[in-house]
Amino acid sequence: MAKFNLNINGKSKEVEVDAATPLLWVLRDHLNLTGTKYGCGIAACGACTVHLDGVAVRSCQMPVSNIENQKITTIEGLSENGDHPVQKAWLEHDVPQCGYCQSGQIMTAVAFLKENPNPSDPEIENAMNGNICRCGTYLRIKAAVKTAANS
Amino acid sequence: MSIEKTSINRRSFLKVSALAGGGMVLSFSWLAGCKPTPKEVLSMPKEWFELNSYIKIGENGAVTLFSPNPEFGSNVKTSMPMILADELDIDWKNVFVEQADFYPERYDRQFTGGSQGIRQGWTPLRTAGATARMMLVNAAAQTWKVSASEITTGAGTIHHKSSNKKAGYGEMASLAATLPVPEEVKLKEIKDFKIIGTSKKNVDGLKIVTGQPLFSIDHKVDGMLYSSIVHPPAFGIKLKSFDASSVKSMQGIKDIFSVKVFSEDYERNFFDTATFPEMVAIVGNSTWEVLQAKKALKVEWENAPQSSFAMTDFGGNKSTGTIPAGLENSADHKAKMAEYTTKPGNILRRDGDPEAQFKKAAKVLERTYSAPFLAHNTMEPMNCFADVSGGKAVVYGPTQAPESIMGTLVQALGIPKENIQINLARMGGGFGRRAYSHHMVEAALISQKVNAPVKMVYTREDDMTSGVYRPTYSATYRAALDENNKLIAFHVKAGGIPETPIAPNRFPAGAIDHYLAEGWQIESNITIGAFRAPRSNFIASAEQSFLDELAEVMEKDPIAFRLELLDRAKTNPVGEKNDYNAARYAGVLELVREKSKWNSPLDNVHRGVSAYFCHNSYVAEVLDIVMKDNKPMVEKVYAAVDCGIVVNPDAATNMGEGAIVDGIGNAFFGELAFENGVPNKTNFDKYRMIRQAEAPKAIEVHFVDSKEDPTGLGEPFFPPVFAALANSLYKATGRRYYDQPFAPQLEMQNLKM
Repeated sequence: MAKFNLNINGKSKEVEVDAATPLLWVLRDHLNLTGTKYGCGIAACGACTVHLDGVAVRSCQMPVSNIENQKITTIEGLSENGDHPVQKAWLEHDVPQCGYCQSGQIMTAVAFLKENPNPSDPEIENAMNGNICRCGTYLRIKAAVKTAANS
Repeated sequence: MSIEKTSINRRSFLKVSALAGGGMVLSFSWLAGCKPTPKEVLSMPKEWFELNSYIKIGENGAVTLFSPNPEFGSNVKTSMPMILADELDIDWKNVFVEQADFYPERYDRQFTGGSQGIRQGWTPLRTAGATARMMLVNAAAQTWKVSASEITTGAGTIHHKSSNKKAGYGEMASLAATLPVPEEVKLKEIKDFKIIGTSKKNVDGLKIVTGQPLFSIDHKVDGMLYSSIVHPPAFGIKLKSFDASSVKSMQGIKDIFSVKVFSEDYERNFFDTATFPEMVAIVGNSTWEVLQAKKALKVEWENAPQSSFAMTDFGGNKSTGTIPAGLENSADHKAKMAEYTTKPGNILRRDGDPEAQFKKAAKVLERTYSAPFLAHNTMEPMNCFADVSGGKAVVYGPTQAPESIMGTLVQALGIPKENIQINLARMGGGFGRRAYSHHMVEAALISQKVNAPVKMVYTREDDMTSGVYRPTYSATYRAALDENNKLIAFHVKAGGIPETPIAPNRFPAGAIDHYLAEGWQIESNITIGAFRAPRSNFIASAEQSFLDELAEVMEKDPIAFRLELLDRAKTNPVGEKNDYNAARYAGVLELVREKSKWNSPLDNVHRGVSAYFCHNSYVAEVLDIVMKDNKPMVEKVYAAVDCGIVVNPDAATNMGEGAIVDGIGNAFFGELAFENGVPNKTNFDKYRMIRQAEAPKAIEVHFVDSKEDPTGLGEPFFPPVFAALANSLYKATGRRYYDQPFAPQLEMQNLKM
């Protein structure tokens, strides 16, 4: 067990966990930030996507000890009231069915749009291809990414 | 207008005042992507008055509607309260929606499955809404000393025109809650619906996009421990022993023990499919620590002998279930299934004299189709929270069928059902998998053993390898044609491991004079369960692929050919047990033909059609493929649907889009195989799921304009997709695809997938 100081959603948080613990479980079990989801544990589904200094990463493959001073953003820290343009676009298109994968989808979309504010359809498809939606809401996800890009 | 006797829904009107208070999780229905101004925010009332099990109204006019059915993504949590709200005659903006817990005394059918939520909820929910409205009107009549028949309502207000008296529902709620429940109520005319038929956003939308805890996997209470399970690595294997000392001293580990979900003399119900009734549980302080112990635990397994158990089947008949011994292989499954296709099956329906017609046929077309086992792969793996202590249990988890697991919990825990509360979590997908809720029993047993609240979570690997799969199937179709190329007889023989997929009285039965349907099944210890449109999801693919090929052999347009058959079934049906409406069936084919401009496709587009009726709804689909860089891409799918009245059109469209994507994914990629009882895929690195780039570029969903009572949508969009894809792939590549999944065969043709 070791102590780690993490900068999460603009706040400093201290946790005492095994150094190999993936960020995913630190967020979920130790910090009550359960918006970041467990889906596969092998970085194959995207449900656990968070931002490290604005870059989308798979928190299930990120040992807490590897994080130094990077700023971590989770779905809970994306906006105060769910009014980030990507969240608003998600609501406008009423994207979710079960909803489980959507925070990972949104985190991937936000980081992608920061890099590429005016993406083409194939670029969106490529950027969002790592996030599985078992309910198959892909068309709405793509439409919401486009709406967010235009807002 | 129709009059409904309220007695059909009597238990909904039991007044349970203890529940009228607080402790609720609220959903704000008006959150549609815009930030509300303070004055739009509906304030919480000081007091709630319960009018029936579904409805309570605050003194300030706020309305809470309880959504009775578990929510797994089909949006019943929005659509079912919409039905209540319309008959109650309130403004949707003033509605809070709350997930009802499992209360069989208060609600009729808390089951999500079989696409039945809206269909079976339609009249009870309308009646509950109309009854509450009538009680509010009666309260106003009593207060104002006027006749109730002169009172009108609208958007949550009550009005008496001649005296010009007006009141909000909130003002009359306290009196209304004390009045007798009317014996009969008038339901609205369809033309008077204000909410039904309009698109309303998901009531949990804002919570989902902000990552609020909605799922049981997110649940946490003080003192809660974390747990996971170790189940046998193969079908046909059971626990022999485990070495607790191998992990007991590991960091954060509290306890290791085995749990058994069935007691020896327990009589199982239809949904009591637990693949591994005994498994090892590990309990600790955090998920990660438990997962480390899970990897390190030393367990010995042994071959399971054949076993049997007493059960009551779906129809209430008592029987004995048998689980065969052995470590099964997919190669053996295929060989056995091929053998069964050549043997006589059980005759399920025979019209005319099909054997004689086949003997005299000028031409016979025979094709065999197959599909593999599939895992449900819900994005949220099996998990459950349980707090069992002092002879009481609270179980909060993802379940489609709480009623079916209650008895299993009772026998496993030794606690009477009065002391077990099942609370319904939003599910991260279901697709049939969570009709089998033994994860709840496992969590409850673990909590009972450690005498603390516990959250038990399966890893993805546990989830994918724990059975309750879609079965593997095979179907052989034969058509007899005379010298004029006219269809004279039709024969289907289909089976699977361990069930036949045939619904013998469905189309094309009823459309052909000489018809034979036979079924067969092969026993297995690989457990199976409902998977989005059980059986239909395969037999539709085989039947609709065969009809496509048959139409080609008969030199007919595939839609025109189906319509000819349906015309025969409509005007002069063969037999009496046909369980479809040929006119509605034809209606969706005609609609999809029109909307897809079937007769004038775009250049370079290869299209296929398919149609199916199941779960009370009719769906026809046209699927367009374009070849891009040697890769078949699904460009567009058109769906035409007849599900009666559409309650929430945009949500219904979303359901259609999702099911079509799901069907394309499973048709291209879905497959689970076995070697010595071991599933060959354990996670999404090997189990290929459809992803964004493989989804169709566009989907159009068209609803038949109908005044029929609504039927379900979760399943009916799904079965036709497989054949629509296969038939369009044929047009694109010149090859017919008989065996799912299609991607490996396409790759063999040097196409990219």
